[in-house]
Amino acid sequence: MFRNQYDTDVTTWSPAGRLFQVEYAMEAVKQGSAAIGLRSKTHVILACVNKASSELSSHQKKIFKVDDHIGVAIAGLTADGRVLSRYMRNECINYNFTYESPLPVGRLVVQLADKAQVCTQRSWKRPYGVGLLVAGLDESGAHLYYNCPSGNYFEYQAFAIGSRSQAAKTYLERRFENFMGSSREDLIKDALISVRETLQGEKLKSSICTVAVVGVGEAFHILDQETVQQLIDSFELVREDEPPAPEAGDAVADQSEASAPVAEEGAAPMDI
Amino acid sequence: MTKQQANWSPYDNNGGSCVAIAGADYCVIAADTRMSTGYNILTRDYSKITKLADKCVMASSGFQADVKALQKLLAARHLIYQHQHNKQMGCPAMAQLLSNTLYYKRFFPYYSFNVLGGLDNEGKGCVYTYDAVGSYERVGYSSQGSGSTLIMPFLDNQLKSPSPLLLPVQDAITPLSESEAVDLVKTVFASATERDIYTGDKLEIVVLNAEGIQREFMDLRKD
Repeated sequence: MFRNQYDTDVTTWSPAGRLFQVEYAMEAVKQGSAAIGLRSKTHVILACVNKASSELSSHQKKIFKVDDHIGVAIAGLTADGRVLSRYMRNECINYNFTYESPLPVGRLVVQLADKAQVCTQRSWKRPYGVGLLVAGLDESGAHLYYNCPSGNYFEYQAFAIGSRSQAAKTYLERRFENFMGSSREDLIKDALISVRETLQGEKLKSSICTVAVVGVGEAFHILDQETVQQLIDSFELVREDEPPAPEAGDAVADQSEASAPVAEEGAAPMDI
Repeated sequence: MTKQQANWSPYDNNGGSCVAIAGADYCVIAADTRMSTGYNILTRDYSKITKLADKCVMASSGFQADVKALQKLLAARHLIYQHQHNKQMGCPAMAQLLSNTLYYKRFFPYYSFNVLGGLDNEGKGCVYTYDAVGSYERVGYSSQGSGSTLIMPFLDNQLKSPSPLLLPVQDAITPLSESEAVDLVKTVFASATERDIYTGDKLEIVVLNAEGIQREFMDLRKD
C-alpha cells in the first residue's frame, strides 16, 4: 500500500473507484492478533490469540458475550471492538424487552453492518478499525458471520482474521467440509489447531488463547483456562498436519494412543 | 367554572398483598396470586413475585401493568450490570437501583408497591420496603398491598423488630428459624384472606437461602 493523493478523506473516491480510508481500516484488522471462528449445525466456536503488549501487562479482551445466544470475537482496534460490543449488547437487550424473544443474529449483523457503513460516508467520522466474528444461534441453527469495517458482512462456515490468519485459513479450508456434522469437541479441537497454526512455532498453551462456545441448549460462555489446557493436552501430543479425528470426548484414549510425539501419519498403536 | 376532571385514569389497582421476612441466613418473600379489578377477579393464578438476581427477589402489588414494566426494566438493567461487572447484582445494589428507577418517574409514578427480599453481601437476610416513588428502607420484615393494614400490625406483634430510633442501633433481623418464618407467613395470609376481599386464592412463598431459591404454594380461601 503506497501513499495516494485520494486517501485523506473517507468521503473522497479515488479515480479507480476505491475508498482508500476504508481499505486502510481493513488493514488495521490484519494488524490485530488472530481470531478464529468455526461452526457446525448446532455449535459455534470462537477462539483467539491473546497478545499482551508486554510481559508485565494483562492481555486485551477480544471475546465478548453479547447475549445468551450471541458472542463476538474481534481483531484490530480493540477499543472500537469494545464500543461495538456495547452497542450489540444494547440492541439485544432492547429487542428482548420489546419482543420478549432473542434478537436473531442475522438481524444484528445487518444493524452492525449499517452502522459501519455510516462511518464510510461521513466526512467527520472514520471507519471502525475492527473486524468482528459474530457467533450466534437462531431458529435455523448456528451461524458465524464476519463484519468488516467496510460495512460488508458475510456468513461463514469457518473463518480467521488478524495477523497470520492465513495459516489458520489454510487449515480450515482443508477441513471445513466436515464441520457441519462435527461434534462440539471436534469443533473445539479444530479451533485450537487453527490457533496453533497462527502461532507459527510458539507453544500453544491456555494462557495465550481464549476459547468460547455457543450452541443449541448451551448459552454463550468463555471456557476457563483449566478446561482449555486440558483440551490442548488431549491433542497436543499428536503433532502432525492432520491429527486423527478422535471420538468425541475420548481424551484418555488420545493420550495413550499418541505415545510417540513424532510427526507421522497415523498415531503410534496403543501398545501396553 | 368547575375544574376539569379526568374522564379516565391511567391507573388501576389489581389488589393483592405481599410480605417479606428477613432471617439470619434466609429470606422469605410471599404474595397471594389473586388479580382483581374493582369487585371482580381477573385471575386466581397470577404471580406477583419475580427473581431479579440470584440473591434478590421482588414482590409487588398495585397496578400489575406497571409492575410488569418495572420488572422488565430492572431485568434489562441487571443484564447490563452483568456485562459490565461480570457478576450478579447484590441485593443492596438492586435495592438502590429500584429506588432510583421509581423516582425517575416521580411525576407519573409506577403504581407499584414493592417489597424486595434477598441475601446481603454477607449472606444475611435483608428486606427492603418501598413506596410508589422510591422511598425505601432496609427492615427486618414488611408487607405491602391491600392486606398490609391487616398484616403489618400482626407482624409487628410477632417479630418485635427494634425501633430504628432507639440507641444503640440494633440489627433489623428476625431471630426466627426458616420454617417458623414460613409458618408465620402462612398464618398471616390465612388471616388477611378472611377480611380483605382482594387477598386470597393461593399463596406463593419463595425462600432464598445459601442453597438457592425454593418455591412453594398454599391454598387460600377463594371467596
